[in-house]
Amino acid sequence: MSVEPQQETSGTRSRQRWMGVLAKSSVAALQERWQALSLEPEYQFIRKPETGLTMLRGRVGGSGQPFNMGEMTLTRCAVRLASGTLGVSYVAGRNSQHAITAALADALLQEDNTQTLLQRELIAPLQAELDAERQQRAAQANSTRVDFFTLVRGED
Amino acid sequence: MYVAVKGGEKAIDNAHALMRTQRRGDSAIAELSVDQIRQQLPLAVDRVMNEGSVYDPELAALALKQASGDAVEAIFLLRAYRTTLPRFGYSEPLDTEQMQIERRISGTFKDLPGGQILGSTYDYTHRLLDFSLLAAGEAEMAPEEANALSEALAAGNSCPRVLELLNKEGLIEQSRESGLDDQVPRDLTREPVNYPAERAVRLQNLIRGDEGFLLSLSYASMRGYGDSHPFSGEMRTGRVSVELVPEELGFPIEVGEVLLTESEMVNQFHGSKDLPPQFTRGYGIAFGRAERKAMSVALVERALRAEELGEEVLYPTQDQEFVLSHTDCVSANGFVSHLKLPHYVDFQSELEMIRRLRNEQSQATQSKTTNEEADA
Repeated sequence: MSVEPQQETSGTRSRQRWMGVLAKSSVAALQERWQALSLEPEYQFIRKPETGLTMLRGRVGGSGQPFNMGEMTLTRCAVRLASGTLGVSYVAGRNSQHAITAALADALLQEDNTQTLLQRELIAPLQAELDAERQQRAAQANSTRVDFFTLVRGED
Repeated sequence: MYVAVKGGEKAIDNAHALMRTQRRGDSAIAELSVDQIRQQLPLAVDRVMNEGSVYDPELAALALKQASGDAVEAIFLLRAYRTTLPRFGYSEPLDTEQMQIERRISGTFKDLPGGQILGSTYDYTHRLLDFSLLAAGEAEMAPEEANALSEALAAGNSCPRVLELLNKEGLIEQSRESGLDDQVPRDLTREPVNYPAERAVRLQNLIRGDEGFLLSLSYASMRGYGDSHPFSGEMRTGRVSVELVPEELGFPIEVGEVLLTESEMVNQFHGSKDLPPQFTRGYGIAFGRAERKAMSVALVERALRAEELGEEVLYPTQDQEFVLSHTDCVSANGFVSHLKLPHYVDFQSELEMIRRLRNEQSQATQSKTTNEEADA
């Protein structure tokens, strides 16, 4: 990437965390919790939801030199609240609503008066759902854990 | 040579309408939804994503439905669609060591740190047709309660690579030269392949290559048409987080997760004047649970390293230009299929030529016979 990563402040780190949760959650789960909050912030689009591709990169052997693996669909959106705060989203897939809600939530999570509410009512429960799904997948995988025994051949 | 023809619009429209009717099949039977394809034919979806070179299970399922289940046609549709979308840059290199493992097996070590996890697999099944599926019965589901989680899995810890075990002894090549910074890989969707191609470009080409072609090449390389004696060091499947750095933010963010299968092959290497005998590696990766594809990529990837490792290039699988210029199923299908188009003018001229040649030949024979008779 041509852009040098900014100095990672704790503010950046928590923004990265919530942006990740908003992007990884299913649209259904996100919309349900978002609508339950009945927040209707005033905003304008800086960038209307736009679907495109990003080229996924891997590393040869998992840790070697980068290579281009194939593309993935991605939708991005940017909004500005009446206060001037900018919300940005980049989410995998082609769902415009996912991108809009994620951008709005990103903006409101930067506002002092809504941050606590959104952390408690949106990000924390979505994170808990993601964790639960992860646990379930781990449990399923673990039920197929195997020990192979090498049979001794009767030669000696 | 193809010469354009005109006409037939009505017949073509009708042919397409007939195709749609045939695709729908018996209307007394419920129509297949894109969601059903995505959920219930995921391995077909994975193949379309891999060779279509776009990770989007819904689009791949739609393409399969539209193509009546023809994988190559569906891949073509997905490739065509991707050209309509803008490119938003490149992701950060995926960290497959942080993969949430759902399957992980090794053919070289039975006791792995982190353990062997079979996941969901067709391996070890008896390949007997299951008539309960035909009788619209519910298939047996995985039990809800699993045994206690191992601490590592529960904590979601990263799982070290099997081949790093050999690495510690120095018996296997490093996956990267130490002290070398990341090089920006060339992107073959932006610039054509030049020969000899770098390893990164070869991998990109193979990953979007035809599964059947790569499978057969790797089979041939093990049967004697390639000096290949591989072991499957490790194969793992699971979800990996995708990160990218949007320009307006300047820091990396997660945008989602992708399901990937990674294969690492270990091959004997007799050493060269620069290198001691050691194991070398072939690397393969694919979208979804495409194990056969990931393994085939790894085997062919290793075979194509022959030149850089100082091995003799004797077989087609080791020949970059032969392999890389014929992996693409869209190109291959296009070239074979174009023979169906009218070649009337072209064929007519060949027909004329054959007639002329035969005439000339029979005239020559006649005059020869006449001469011989005159001589006699």
